[in-house]
Amino acid sequence: MFKTHLMSAAGLCLCATGALAQVPVLTIYTYDSFASEWGPGPAIEAAFEAECGCDLQFIGNGDGAALLARVMLEGPRTDADIVLGLDTSLIARARQLDIFADHGVSAAFDLPVAWDDPQFLPYDWGYFAFVSTADVEAPTSIAQLADSDLKIVIQDPRSSTPGLGLLMWVQAAYPDDSAAIWEALADNIVTVTPGWSEAYGMFLEGEADAVLSYTTSPAYHIFAEDDQSKVAWAFEEGHYTQIEVAAKLADTDQPELADQFMQFITSDAFQSAIPRTNWMYPAITPQGGLPAEFQGLARPQTALLFPPDEAAAVLDGALEEWRAALSQ
Amino acid sequence: MARSVVPVNGTLRWPGTIAVGLALVFLFGPLIAVLWRAEGLASLSRADLSAVWFTIWQAAVSAVVSIGLAIPVARALARRQFRGRQVLVTLLGAPFLLPVIVAILGLLAVFGRAGIVNSFLGALGLPDVSIYGAHGVIIAHVFFNLPLAVRLILQGWVAIPSERFRLAAGLNAPIWRVLERPMLASVVPGTFVVIFLICLTSFAVALTLGGGPRATTIELAIYQAFRLSFDLAGAATLTLVQIAICAVVALLAFAITALDAMGRGLDRVVARWDGSVWGDFAWITAAALFLLLPLVMVILRGLPSILELPSSVWVAALRSVMIAMVSAGLTVALALALALRGGWLVVVVGTLPLAFSGLVLGAGLFLIVFPFVNPSNVALPVTALVNSLMALPFVMRALVPSVAQVEAQYGQLADGLGLRGWARLRIVLLPRLRRPLGFSAGVAAALSMGDLGVITLFATGDRATLPLEMYRLMGAYQMQAAASSALVLLGLSLGLFWICDRGWRIDADA
Amino acid sequence: MLTLDHLKLTFANFSLSADLVVPIGGITAIVGPSGGGKSTLLSAIAGFVQPSAGRVFWDGADITQRPPGDRCVSILFQDNNLFPHLSVSQNLLLGLRRSLRFESGDEDKIAQILDKVGLSGFQSRKPAALSGGQQSRAALARVLLGGRPLVLLDEPFAALGPALRDEMLDLCAETLATQGCTILMVTHDPRDAARVAGQTIVVLDGVAHAPAETGPLLADPPDALRTYLGG
Repeated sequence: MFKTHLMSAAGLCLCATGALAQVPVLTIYTYDSFASEWGPGPAIEAAFEAECGCDLQFIGNGDGAALLARVMLEGPRTDADIVLGLDTSLIARARQLDIFADHGVSAAFDLPVAWDDPQFLPYDWGYFAFVSTADVEAPTSIAQLADSDLKIVIQDPRSSTPGLGLLMWVQAAYPDDSAAIWEALADNIVTVTPGWSEAYGMFLEGEADAVLSYTTSPAYHIFAEDDQSKVAWAFEEGHYTQIEVAAKLADTDQPELADQFMQFITSDAFQSAIPRTNWMYPAITPQGGLPAEFQGLARPQTALLFPPDEAAAVLDGALEEWRAALSQ
Repeated sequence: MARSVVPVNGTLRWPGTIAVGLALVFLFGPLIAVLWRAEGLASLSRADLSAVWFTIWQAAVSAVVSIGLAIPVARALARRQFRGRQVLVTLLGAPFLLPVIVAILGLLAVFGRAGIVNSFLGALGLPDVSIYGAHGVIIAHVFFNLPLAVRLILQGWVAIPSERFRLAAGLNAPIWRVLERPMLASVVPGTFVVIFLICLTSFAVALTLGGGPRATTIELAIYQAFRLSFDLAGAATLTLVQIAICAVVALLAFAITALDAMGRGLDRVVARWDGSVWGDFAWITAAALFLLLPLVMVILRGLPSILELPSSVWVAALRSVMIAMVSAGLTVALALALALRGGWLVVVVGTLPLAFSGLVLGAGLFLIVFPFVNPSNVALPVTALVNSLMALPFVMRALVPSVAQVEAQYGQLADGLGLRGWARLRIVLLPRLRRPLGFSAGVAAALSMGDLGVITLFATGDRATLPLEMYRLMGAYQMQAAASSALVLLGLSLGLFWICDRGWRIDADA
Repeated sequence: MLTLDHLKLTFANFSLSADLVVPIGGITAIVGPSGGGKSTLLSAIAGFVQPSAGRVFWDGADITQRPPGDRCVSILFQDNNLFPHLSVSQNLLLGLRRSLRFESGDEDKIAQILDKVGLSGFQSRKPAALSGGQQSRAALARVLLGGRPLVLLDEPFAALGPALRDEMLDLCAETLATQGCTILMVTHDPRDAARVAGQTIVVLDGVAHAPAETGPLLADPPDALRTYLGG
């Protein structure tokens, strides 16, 4: 009996090992939702394979932080040729690994901030924002939100990208009294969830007036559900920005293919796949413009963003402030 | 020529020794791999220490409350017979088998700000009650663990021979003092350990319902160390702290445990001449409402669009069912081998997996596997194996006493007939153990269905399990489809459990 | 013959010594107060407990170290003599070999033996479908089928009513004894000993005494035994 089960486990192993491919394989590590059926992965894979004569494989790993953790676990021996899906808060740590090469791509990015990083190539971006429903009276700043009775759900900065984004947002918008802001926000926060999905699900179930997400989130509801009632609050102090980037491994065994893909990132085929699958702004607006549901979205006046090194420097202090304020 | 008095034992021991070795290698191997890579341990910060205290506190309170409520419910179930009792006992086990996020959303649909309870209070003009806070953590943990506690304690109750109840009733002796208190003294400490350890590694439940960072558990601190600073030393150190707490609590509990006397199935109703019928049914109804209402909400949420689910969900469901069946088979084989072997190492292996952080286990296995094969290629077998290890503590609690009981009843007969080793396993043990083996396979399969576990580090795009697919749907804003997937998951988990638990009993005599 | 050579059985707060010989053939009863070690003595002969000193010989061979299944001994306990998940014929087959595979001729042998104990046609029944007396007969049938020369009866009929018990004792005497078996029978009722046992071993005060003729022993018991019998 024992033996049979071991054998069936071994059988699973064998089945899982695919046949060796004849065409060159370009391996891209990304986060799970990028690679999934509903993410940009499938469309981009098809478009790139049509022109490269290669097999493009997206390997999905949790979220951006999990992706970086996997790259760090694998170290220089990694099988990845390209890592796609790190964001501005992870770049400083990724750069320290010293395993990425210059991308050599130049393009006119439609980013809210200037970008000239030689290794990390942006492919999409978005603003963090609180998403609510139209019938709720919208506050106009974090401070006003903190003074109100509105209830919000946020994510934990220790386990979630948007959670970390809010931490940085408060630091960037209120550098001198971030601690006071967190203390004032404490009674607005219904709860803190480990990830975005839990928080967003709780908001949709009516557990809070608003949830920390992106300015682009309402676009999904307009497009997929014909639901105009979801809105993102525009705050006058500006919104913290998330820029998602890709980078090429220095010792990839497919340097030409990797270069070809890095160039492909700036192409219309790649960029036009982003809005309706990743629900973010493309780094370069595609020729056909943005989809209709993106037109009416809140567009913040000010884009806030710490340079990678500065973000790393303020992290520990900000986290302690957050913990202390919310642990009262 | 003096010889010591050794009981003769004709059961197979070497497979159990292999199982012990396998379990220890798969638990400590990854931890050592992480420590190796981290090049040592880290010291604990003040925040870590407060996480340690909060973790111990919430786990202890959750376990005490779960057991406190389970005792009257189990007693009521033990002494009342009614239509659908068996179905109810099975259904009451459902929360234990739910994936965490599904359970949280189900609980919130009942106890949340927009939930049933608050709507009801609002209609009466009463103020809202908030579930968020320390009490929320306890409520959620009781929701998850009350079924387990009821089941384990119910086993203790039906194991009391009915003649003793008749004797006590005939003598007008206080049943509580002469029968029930001694039984509980033997069953409760072990139950406490299991529930304490389940809550020990809780993370999403504690954080979400705890309402914020004051509800930081050790597991969350591990998460933070791993993700935010890639501090492997910190993650491994915190895992060692979890193991140490596990060891201390387990030792304390085993030290105060009287004889561990569990056995038979749960079908038997003990004829009793005490207690109030209405009191018993009040307890049963309250427990059923508390445990089943959130499930009903999960069903209602998921039902409308279940036929519109994308085909990839069904493929993932099939994959999960296959993993669950492999994992169930493996669990039963490991658990049986361990139960036949016996000894303190088996107790360790049957307890320890609960103390291990899934994240550290996954990371360590990844470090071990990566130099040799592409981790994506072994994701499914590794998942099945880890799921088996994680199910062992629950399965062993059903199997070890059953093996002991069979040996006590038929061991000498088998010895006298010279039935040893495989012949004894095939002719005596396997047929006599059908029920606990079926139950074990069911628990293992259902736990495996709901587990996201190590697959998050190993997974690739095209080989997702059902829980992972559900998370992907949520991540893609498709909350309705995710709710339907959760319902599929719930149905499959319960279905697998039911088939194993019931199916193996068919034509099992006496 | 069965030889217990300076046998010593020691437990936490109990000890029993036996230095005696039981001749081949016939029924020997073991009597004595309860808790005195009658069953323990049988367990040691069957191999379920290891003695702290001394040896057990059967037919001149030292069997002290042999596991129970390899001792040319059959034993019937007070209960659990049949596996409830196996049919009567499967239970009987285990008396022949350690497997559930029937070989040619097995079915005939089983039918003959069942006939002898009055259970003709009961082959496919499960033990739960048998009365207490029928269960005892089925267990006895397995012992007969096994054909082992030494049979130990640890009060297997204690739960039966007096008439049924007498019937079973007679059946044992009739069947086992005519097969030439040596039978050791624990009983707490001297009547049983008087009914079928030619010899009786008295277990008293930590000592198993050498077998003596049952009739004279019960007619004129030693003092200590008289107290037990009288009480």
